[in-house]
Amino acid sequence: MITLLGIVTLAGAIAAMALRNLVHCALALVVAFGGLAALYLQLGAQFVGFAQALVYIGAVAILIVFAILLTRGSEGPQRRVFSASWAVGAGVALAVFGVLWGILLSSRALPAGMPPEPVATARGIGDQLMTKYILPLEVLGLLLTAALIGAVIIAIKDEG
Amino acid sequence: MTPLHSYLLVSALLFAIGLGGALTRRNAIIVLIGIELMLNAANLNFIAFWRFGPHPEALTGILFVLFSIGVAAAEAAVGLALIIAAYRRCKTAEVDEIDSMKG
Repeated sequence: MITLLGIVTLAGAIAAMALRNLVHCALALVVAFGGLAALYLQLGAQFVGFAQALVYIGAVAILIVFAILLTRGSEGPQRRVFSASWAVGAGVALAVFGVLWGILLSSRALPAGMPPEPVATARGIGDQLMTKYILPLEVLGLLLTAALIGAVIIAIKDEG
Repeated sequence: MTPLHSYLLVSALLFAIGLGGALTRRNAIIVLIGIELMLNAANLNFIAFWRFGPHPEALTGILFVLFSIGVAAAEAAVGLALIIAAYRRCKTAEVDEIDSMKG
């Protein structure tokens, strides 16, 4: 199951990074986000899985489609889609993956086997958010408000 | 290869794909999509370590991911607003053509 979900997620991510048409990239991104939400559900984190579906598929993907629309990216690229120094970027990405994979394989601290499924109910998460994590929650609310007001101010049309 | 290894492998691959896209593509929106993919790879790591870690009843990994999703949403909104503002000023969304500060 993890193999299937992982392949779907990674295929979506690769398509989102490699396709030429920007609208197709956004659609492939939705596939990748959906695969990630399914991975969260499979790991027993139902609340996070549904939050991922709501926030990423529901909000971020739509936001990206709107940005493509507003920057006329849907007309398709006139010339090449990759930058002139693409080989350096690909090399850096490969090197980062190599380092991560080497550390993963050589680490002895990773627990083996499948522990019993932990309980993560919405009630428990709500309890924690309202007691222990109340201050981060309020700060996050303030951050979101400030960021959205800032986004509107940045994107507002000024003919000055 | 334990189950935890397979999740971490998916996460590492997702991070590398996002990084590769962010470093090689010319369109600013695709660069932002790559950054989102990298953030999601980190979130998958948090959930995997929460699931296989010694104290899953503390819900720390889940709460960290919820806050991380919120911050990523704010980041996406501001990033896309910046891209739209830059497009209006420079009439392009290709990152290598916005070079008016180039020496």
